[in-house]
Amino acid sequence: MPVSNNNVVASVRKGSIAQKAPGAKSNKTSSKKKDEEEGVDTGDGWDEWSHGKALTKPPDQLELTEEELKTELTRILTANNPHAPQNIVRYSFKERSYKPTSVVDQMAVHFVLDGSLLHQDSDEARRLRAKEGLPEETATVDTGTEPEEEKPETPATPVEDGGEVGEAGEEDRPDSVASKTDKKEPKITNQFNFSERASQTLNNPLRERSCQTEPPPRSIFSATANQWEIYDAYAEELQKQEKSKEKQKAVPSKKDNDISKKKMMLTETQSDDIGKVDKASKIFERMVNQNIFDDIAQDFKYFEDASDEFRDQEGTLLPLWKFQYDKAKRLSVAALCWNKKYQDLFAVGMGSYDFSKQGCGMLVFYSLKNSAFPEYIYPTSSGILCLDIHEQHSYLVAVGFYDGCVAVYNLKEEGVEPVYKSTAKTGKHTDPVWQVRWQNDDMDNNHNFYSVSSDGRVVSWTLVKNELVFTDIIRLSLNGAVSEGPEGAQQPSIACGTSFDFHKQIDYLFLVGTEEGKIHKCSKTYSSQYLETYDAHSMAVDAVKWNHFHPKVFISCSSDWTVKIWDHTINTPMFTFDLLAAVGDVAWSPYSSTVFAAVTTDGTVHVFDLNINKYEAICQQPVVAKKKTKLTHIEFNPIYPIIIVGDDRGYVTSLKLSPNLRKKPKSKKGQEMPKGPEVEVAKMEKLLSLLREPEQSTV
Amino acid sequence: MAGTGEGKKEEADYKRLHSFPLIRHTDMPEEMRVETMELCVTACEKFATNNESAAKMIKESMDKKFGSSWHVVIGEGFGFEVTHEVKNLLYMFFGGSLAVCVWKCS
Repeated sequence: MPVSNNNVVASVRKGSIAQKAPGAKSNKTSSKKKDEEEGVDTGDGWDEWSHGKALTKPPDQLELTEEELKTELTRILTANNPHAPQNIVRYSFKERSYKPTSVVDQMAVHFVLDGSLLHQDSDEARRLRAKEGLPEETATVDTGTEPEEEKPETPATPVEDGGEVGEAGEEDRPDSVASKTDKKEPKITNQFNFSERASQTLNNPLRERSCQTEPPPRSIFSATANQWEIYDAYAEELQKQEKSKEKQKAVPSKKDNDISKKKMMLTETQSDDIGKVDKASKIFERMVNQNIFDDIAQDFKYFEDASDEFRDQEGTLLPLWKFQYDKAKRLSVAALCWNKKYQDLFAVGMGSYDFSKQGCGMLVFYSLKNSAFPEYIYPTSSGILCLDIHEQHSYLVAVGFYDGCVAVYNLKEEGVEPVYKSTAKTGKHTDPVWQVRWQNDDMDNNHNFYSVSSDGRVVSWTLVKNELVFTDIIRLSLNGAVSEGPEGAQQPSIACGTSFDFHKQIDYLFLVGTEEGKIHKCSKTYSSQYLETYDAHSMAVDAVKWNHFHPKVFISCSSDWTVKIWDHTINTPMFTFDLLAAVGDVAWSPYSSTVFAAVTTDGTVHVFDLNINKYEAICQQPVVAKKKTKLTHIEFNPIYPIIIVGDDRGYVTSLKLSPNLRKKPKSKKGQEMPKGPEVEVAKMEKLLSLLREPEQSTV
Repeated sequence: MAGTGEGKKEEADYKRLHSFPLIRHTDMPEEMRVETMELCVTACEKFATNNESAAKMIKESMDKKFGSSWHVVIGEGFGFEVTHEVKNLLYMFFGGSLAVCVWKCS
């Protein structure tokens, strides 16, 4: 690397030796130069170096005489490249012939190295200096070696130096000298300083593995094919076919059967759709169940307890089928309702009365014809507390949930989702819905039903096309009528409705039982006022029901152990019965105005006939196996002399009433037995008048 | 004349009666057997005059369907002894005068 400018060389090697001006430095640099570049360009150094060695002559050197040595041979060095071709011809289109090209590139490049030196007066050097913030006087020209400033502080070890270029080794020394003399100068790093490091990792051990599969099994087959063999084979086959044809003719029926059987099998295996055999399997299930429970079916139809004749008045209940569904085992029966059209079908609403054990619920339909498995199953996300089947359209089922929703299921529709369901937007109750009841269709022939809830609202729901439209009928309040005081002036405390019933004849009249034990007689038309309030019970009214025959009489029951019978025109009860346990439900019989049944939490069914005994039940019978089981609901079948009772373990038990419990008034001899509702009304009226007379007389 | 007429009739009868494919020997599973048989019938009917083309067609289709390597022999008279992979052999007659042997051995 020829360096023409001493000035630059010095400045690089010294690094930061201050140099005032290009003119003044010449002395200094020349002296320094001698130190550094001894042996390179001074003659003394060369002599000293050559003295120590004897000249060796190559053996094949030409021996020349003195004269020959003295003769001068002139050689001229030219700039021509001896390797450059001289006979290049190119085709000239102009002259249409090949022409030698006169100009040949004579330059040959043997080595190129970009220098890292800068002239200190050059623009780039100035820019660098400005960048580093150094004063112009300190003519430090540093090119691209800044990153190497972190060079190890310890002097380079000889081993390291050994790997360096000789010139670099020399460079280092003056550098260290300079640092000794002038310690303030920052150390100039040198770009040739490097060290080699290497390491070797452990190689993973190699392992060979191989396996061989067994070749597929082979076998050898040999045969000969020629015309006569082929002919024989065909002839044989034809003979066989003929024989089989004869056989077929002999037993065609059997074969046909086989084929049809096979076809059946095929169709069964081909279609995994179980729907095809759905109906058949249903019939089968019923047949099997009726065979198994044949004795129960016989009892249901024909058994009359003969011992009743000797018991005078009292009657018994004969347990028939027990209905239970495995998936609803943990739930308690919260609602029962017979289908009015199909008298063997009834609906069971499953939920939970326990506040802390709320979960999902289930709506199931059982038929008396199949006690083993429900006809319909609708799982619900919230527990069911009440339900009602529409009287005319028996496929419509209104359901009230613990979460305050009401829904309508359509048994005709496929799927387990209700066809209508109230949401938070569409007037859902904020508390459990305790009772729902279908009403006659409104003037636009829309189906509608009512619901009552603990949030104190009685709401009418109308099924319009595909939505449920709600109308608040009444808001129950504690202190009498809601209309007391101006609206909004005081927040009337809410009374929680727990049950209601609509009058059988007078369309607008209905009763609402509340959690406080009061029963309010209300009208659909007056939303702000009660027609009457009865101080009925000391605890929540569990059920309130109008008599099926007598238009004035209704019954109520409560957890305060009592069942009371009322004349709605008088606000004291006509009858009061203490059943010695919380009464879950009460129901009037559909065949007599004076018969009703009640269930209590101790697992007993109480059946009363006021016509026979005004003071005591004519039948008190525990009907559950375990003592802890509580009975929750009871319903009379509208036609057959049976009742169904539900308990808190999810069981529904059907019971047959013995003849004494459905006794008609004895007819006098020769007289025709009077029948019809008038008789029933008269019977009740007679009883009531007996009670009324003394009362009125006392008043 | 009558004799020859009868002979002709018999021949026609024979052709008519013996046109169906008749499996002489096979160890293929049901599904494969049916497919192979149908293929052979199709090929022999397509190349009724050229047994080589029929054999080629059968071989190529079988290679495609069931993997290589299949071998097919079609002819009116031949004898053979072959080594085949188990469950991959079909030896059948067809059309009254043709014998077809299809086997796999790779």
